[in-house]
Parts: sequence; structure tokens; C-alpha cells
Amino acid sequence: MLKNYIKIAFLVLKRRKFFTFISLFAISFTLVVLIVVSAVFDNLLAPMAPEINKGRSLTIFFAEMRGENSIWNGNPGYKLLNDYTRNLPGVELMSIYSESSPAISYVRGQKIVSALKQTDGEYWKILQFKFLAGSPITTEDEKNANFVAVINQNTQEKFFPGQSAVGQQIEVDNQRFQVVGVVENVSQLHNAAYADIWVPNSTSKNAAYKTELMGRHEALLLTKNPADFPTIKAELAARMKTVEFPTEFKKEYEQINCFADTSVEAFSREAFSSQEANPHPDRFMAILIGLMTLFMLLPAINLININVSRILERASEVGVRKAFGASSRTLVAQFITENLILTSLGGILGFVGSILALELINHSSIVQYGGFQINYRIFLYGIIITIFFSLFSGVYPAWRMSKLNPVEALKGGSLR
Amino acid sequence: MIRLENIEKVYRTSRVETVALMNVNLDVKEGEFISVMGPSGCGKSTLLNLIGLLDAPSKGQIFINEKAVTSYQDKYLANVRNQEIGFIFQSFHLVNDLTVVDNVEIPLLYRKLSNSQRRQMALKALDHVGLSSRVFHFPSQLSGGQQQRVAIARAIVGRPKILLADEPTGNLDSKMGEEIMNLLIGLNEEEKTTIVMVTHDKRMAERTKRIVRIFDGRQVS
Repeated sequence: MLKNYIKIAFLVLKRRKFFTFISLFAISFTLVVLIVVSAVFDNLLAPMAPEINKGRSLTIFFAEMRGENSIWNGNPGYKLLNDYTRNLPGVELMSIYSESSPAISYVRGQKIVSALKQTDGEYWKILQFKFLAGSPITTEDEKNANFVAVINQNTQEKFFPGQSAVGQQIEVDNQRFQVVGVVENVSQLHNAAYADIWVPNSTSKNAAYKTELMGRHEALLLTKNPADFPTIKAELAARMKTVEFPTEFKKEYEQINCFADTSVEAFSREAFSSQEANPHPDRFMAILIGLMTLFMLLPAINLININVSRILERASEVGVRKAFGASSRTLVAQFITENLILTSLGGILGFVGSILALELINHSSIVQYGGFQINYRIFLYGIIITIFFSLFSGVYPAWRMSKLNPVEALKGGSLR
Repeated sequence: MIRLENIEKVYRTSRVETVALMNVNLDVKEGEFISVMGPSGCGKSTLLNLIGLLDAPSKGQIFINEKAVTSYQDKYLANVRNQEIGFIFQSFHLVNDLTVVDNVEIPLLYRKLSNSQRRQMALKALDHVGLSSRVFHFPSQLSGGQQQRVAIARAIVGRPKILLADEPTGNLDSKMGEEIMNLLIGLNEEEKTTIVMVTHDKRMAERTKRIVRIFDGRQVS
């Protein structure tokens, strides 16, 4: 029976090549877009090296100072993080680091712009970078303001092509650092980990950053247990009420807040430009899933229409099958199987297209060191999307087909 | 074998009510070959569709093998059609995408048979109608007479006890029509298949054992 269904399915596909092309294009194009979007969000939100501890990490990257007539939003300063967010309950490790900023070097007369990040020693314990050579920056390096640097693979190739970088000197923004480690490139989407060159916080050109409540730093908190998140957030909020403002701010600002966010909350906060304690990640996820479903619905509805037209073309066959003993249920099964074959073909094309599209994105400069790939999660999403497509576009036409009156169907058919 | 009691078929729309059949009583014995005659639109095909369980009567009872089948659900009726009844249509209704042998296998798809059993039975039925040499042709590669032979092979492949033929020679020239008629008579005489044939053709009808005449939805003889 199944063999016969498969045979019929391919014959029907061959019969109306334009319909088949439209159907396959709609399915595969939708799948390519959804898989690429899923791969981007997976890269952004799922725990993967070096952010393998994402599930039990919080980041503080947004702070807000308010006064009667003034608001100041942005990254928290080093002082705020250092003085008020250390030793929060349930936090195992905490790191303070700067956001990455462009730094200029000249190598063999050529200007190179790198993303520079200043970190402490804990940063390298929370984030699990893949070291190709050497070792990370240590707490001692930060304490003693050692001019050491960890660079990524790309920087090694630019500065020291064909050579080992460890032990060599690099000059960045007119400062000289000794390379102590080389790590694999990290995607620009991994905000906490992304950079080309990492140096200790204490090697900053001036020490003013140590007095800033608002600035260009972030904190990464590795907790013992995600169940502690609410306690940590509550304690952080309480501590913010105790912040002492420097004299120059006292006139303008009365309160300061900063928030410890999970990766989804962080993304939601950025997407909504949210300044609330709760950036509504649930709302963000609902919108995302809603948009993806809507994107999927349009071609699925189109496919329903094509399928209904195909039923009418096959009314006589439906009549014959009914006359010779096919029950409505059998016909539904047949049509759903045929549609599953069509959507599976579209699915295979979609996966091939997605691999090509992701390769294209990885080799372009849209996202630095994108590293997007189809892992098992994305593969699973793809399968789920294909099955949804198949059922959504197949069940209704199959049901209509099964309801065809055999006498009418044999006359050429009309759908009631 | 087939018994119709007080059959009435009325087609209703929101405005019109059309009586297609009225108070039809018919008893067809096992091994009988009857023809149903009457002018166009008199209800002959409706009668055949009711006997073939493709449509339900508005009133009355249909018995197949002494079992009242009118009130049964789709699945049961589908099984009766599959096991007991074979259909032959005026316009053949072959599936153009399928080869001759695949067309003949259709009724067997709804039985628990292996692929090789199905193929064997289909080849035997095609041999019976003299089409062994056209097994892998497509319907469009055959003449009208050959297509009707394929349709007969499809109707008899499951060895049904009843054959329902709706103007089986209506689309064929007289020579081919004769050939098809000979095949049907052969099936009736050799296999003892009960046949109900709707026809306009008096010559064909006279070759059957009994003629039932319908006029304006009523049985007149």
C-alpha cells in the first residue's frame, strides 16, 4: 500500500510540474528562512563554547540613573559593579569586563582595527574559551597590571602569519602587550565573549574608569543554581538603593538601577529597549514564535489551495478508489502520505538551502565570526517545521477529498 | 443476491425537490444477468449507484447477500464494495498516471495482500480479458475497447460476486461493444457472476436474461 502511495505521489508531482515547483519552492524557501533564523537565535541564546555556562549565568550590562529632569542610560561603570555587585548571594564567580571597542594597530605598514576587550582573571574561569596555544589572563595579571594579551586566531593570522604568537609582542592603541594565549574566534553575537584581543582591565590608559558609576563595563555572574536568580536580582535591587552618588551627580540624579539578566532577558531588553526590572522575555519569545508561525502560515495556506485544486483534478480517481473499496479514512491516509512526501522533498531542499545560506553568512561580514551551523537542535526544529507544514497543508485538503461524494467525483467532482 | 425494497431517491436543494426514483422493488438472483433500460435521466444510473452503495436511498432498504446494508457506516460499505462488487463505467475511469497493471491492482490495495499476490492476481485478470501484452502500457496508449477491457479486469480482479456496469459499451463502436458484451456474458456463464447492466442499447439488453425498464423514476417492468 505504502509503495503504491509513494508511486502515486511521485506521479502526481510529475504531472503538474509548475504546481510542484511552486509547492517545493514555498516549502523549501520558508524552511531556509526559518532554519537560518533558528540558527541565529540558537547561536545567540543556547549554551555553547565559550558561554557553556549560560544556563546559570547572569549579565549586568544595562544601568540607568534617574533624576527629576534627567535620565542616563547605558552600560554600568566599573565602580558601580565593583563596589555594589560583588558577593551577591548564590554567586560562585563574578567577572567585570569592558564592552569591546575598536583598537588600532599597524602591522607592516597596514592599519588593523581589532575589537579590544578588557577583562579580569575570573572572566577566563566563567567563559570556557578553546585555547589553541598559551594560557588565559590571570587574576595576578589584573592585580599587577601586567601588559599581557590573549588574541584570537584571526588576529594571530593578521599579526603573525604562519608563526606562533605566544611570547611575541603586539602593539594596540600605542600600548605594547605580550601575547600569552591564542583562542578560537568567537562569534560577534556572543556579546560577553566576543573580541579579537583581550587585555587586563588594569592596563587601561587612565584609571578614571575605577570611579565611574556609568561607563562601559559589564559584569558576568556565574551562579551555583539558576533557582537563585530571583534572590540575586532582589539583592541587587536592594543594593542599588544604597549607592552613594558623587557630588557632581547629586544635583541631577536621585537613583540608579542596574539589572542582572539571563541571556533571553538580555536579548529581550535590547529588543524592546526595556528599562524595567523585568524585560518580559516571555513576551519576546511569544512575538518571535508568533512571527515565525505567521511566516510559515502564508505559504502553508498557499499550499492548501494548491492541494485543493489538485484534489479536483483527481476527483475521478477518488471516485474510482471509493467505488473499489477505499474508505474515507484510507483516502485521508493516502493524501497525507502523498503530502508528507512532497513536504519531505521540500524539507530536504530546505536543509540543503539552509546549509548553503549559513555558509554564505559565515563567509560574509554580516556577523563577525558567525560560526552558524545546523546542529542537532536546529535539525530538530527543521523536522518539526516540516511536519507542521505537512500536516497543516495536508489534513484539510485530505479531509475535503475524503468527503467527496463518489457519484459526484466520478462525474468530475465538486467539493461540497 | 441483490434485493431492493420500496426504494426512493429524492434530491433536495433549498428550492427544488427532484424525485429520481420512486417505489422501486427489485430482486436479482445469484448468477443472473439483467439489464436496466430507460430513456436518459429516468434514474437508471441512480439505481446502479444505489445498488453499488455509492449513494444512499432516501427511503427503502437494500439487501446484498440478504443483509440490509443501507444503515451502515462508510467503513463497512467500503468493505462491501471491495469484497462483493465490481464496477464498470461508460467512460472507463482509468487512472491515466498508472500503468494498466497498476490500474487493475487498485481494488486489491484495500485488501490484505502482498505485492506479489496483487501483481499475480492483476496479471491473471488481464489475461482473462486478453490484455497480457499491454500490462505496462498507460491507458492513453490503448484503444477505447482495450481501455474498457482494462476496466473489466479491474472490476473482476477481486473476484466479486456482483458486477455493475453503467453503459459499458456506450463509448465504443459496435464491434468493440460486441467484444465487451461477449466478455460480460462469459463472466456470467463461466464464473456465475451476477451482473446488472445499465444500457440504452436494445440489442445488448436483449442478450441478457432479464430487462428491467425504468421510466421517470418508476419501474415499469
